[in-house]
Amino acid sequence: MIREFSQSEFLFILASARWTLLLTVLALLLGGVLGFVVAIARASRLAPVRALAAGWIGMIQGIPVLMLLFLSYYGLSLAGFDMPPVFAASVSMAIYASGYLGEIWRGAIQSVAWQQWEASAALAMSRAQQYRYVVLPQAMRIAVPPTVGFIVQLVKNTSIVSIIGVVELARAGNLINNATFQPFKVFGTVALIYFMICWPISLLARRLEGKLNAGRTG
Amino acid sequence: MGFQFQFAPVFARSDVLLEGALLTLQLSGIGILFGALLGILLAMLRGLSPPALRWPVDAYVELVRNTPFLVQLLIIFFGLPSIGVRLTAEQAALSAIILNLGAYSTEIVRAGIESVHRSQIEAGLSLAMTRWQVFRYVVIAPAIARVWPALSSQFVLMMLSTSVCSFISVQELSATAANVESDTFRSFEVYITVTLIYLGLALVMRGLLAVLGAVMFPKGSGLGRLRTQASR
Repeated sequence: MIREFSQSEFLFILASARWTLLLTVLALLLGGVLGFVVAIARASRLAPVRALAAGWIGMIQGIPVLMLLFLSYYGLSLAGFDMPPVFAASVSMAIYASGYLGEIWRGAIQSVAWQQWEASAALAMSRAQQYRYVVLPQAMRIAVPPTVGFIVQLVKNTSIVSIIGVVELARAGNLINNATFQPFKVFGTVALIYFMICWPISLLARRLEGKLNAGRTG
Repeated sequence: MGFQFQFAPVFARSDVLLEGALLTLQLSGIGILFGALLGILLAMLRGLSPPALRWPVDAYVELVRNTPFLVQLLIIFFGLPSIGVRLTAEQAALSAIILNLGAYSTEIVRAGIESVHRSQIEAGLSLAMTRWQVFRYVVIAPAIARVWPALSSQFVLMMLSTSVCSFISVQELSATAANVESDTFRSFEVYITVTLIYLGLALVMRGLLAVLGAVMFPKGSGLGRLRTQASR
């Protein structure tokens, strides 16, 4: 039986957006913690630690999100985790996010002038204190706009986890399309919902960028 | 107990994976060439048109950049036939790649164009260059030189994103990986192998794009300086 694409179908797709949003938030939290470690390691005084972090970033940025997803999915089940697909999906999204956030935040940390390190060291601050009171507050200002911009990439890439059966927006669209055979309407709707989520975030990122540059010349 | 890695059955199917990798390269190569051209053309068009007429390009860029590549692919492959445009999976994939990369390139090149200072254009005009010459040599060339590192990263990201084309059964690297997986049941080994192939492709591509940048905008020239400034 072919169903019409009507209100209930639309609501089903709209409701599935909660998984898209949940995955994004989980990836941002988990990936944020991991990415922060990567960024600090990337700015470490120890060369091997720096190289390790650089290797991690280069590796994650050279692997398709789809492969990260499959590796997490099959890897975790081999490691003996009997988990719902959402778990593997969150892990893969977090790993993906860590590679990009690590690089964004490394750039922010390194854009803080080296005199700031020197001055704070001269005040007998420990490395942790330097980060906590001097470097991170300044780096954060610089890091916020590109981080917000990356969230858009994250939202869009959660669509890929539809392949392991998580019923987020893209998968919900597929299911409804299979029942209604109105691909243009269905996927158009899905695209529109993604757009409604992503566009405000993009605009916010751009505004923050403008704000940050406002006080600067040249 | 304990998992035993068995790569032999996977390597026995390396011819299949190689074919997939070749299609990935083809899709990426053609897609990047035309996607970048589309982006440069649209950025130029946008730069030349009065502000009131810029909205069609801006709308295209915003629409593409704020929706997932996967959904764009699904609309083109499943949606277009309902309005009479029937494409094979490969054609749909290639169209999606070009449209997607086109939007990102437009945005990147636009930023480059806007970074060219007014005084540069005035200087060009005062040297009796024609408007076209100013546009070609003073605006576009420096703009692309400056954003070359950003463009290169976007090209590599696009190559990686072609893996999504397996969703509409285009037989590129990820799709052939799934085939080998269902033949051999060595899921983890297959995906490790294919991940390493992607990683290799990405590294080689980064290297080639850096060389291409160095050839187009040689070190020591004005354009070369712009290129290296931006990457720092």
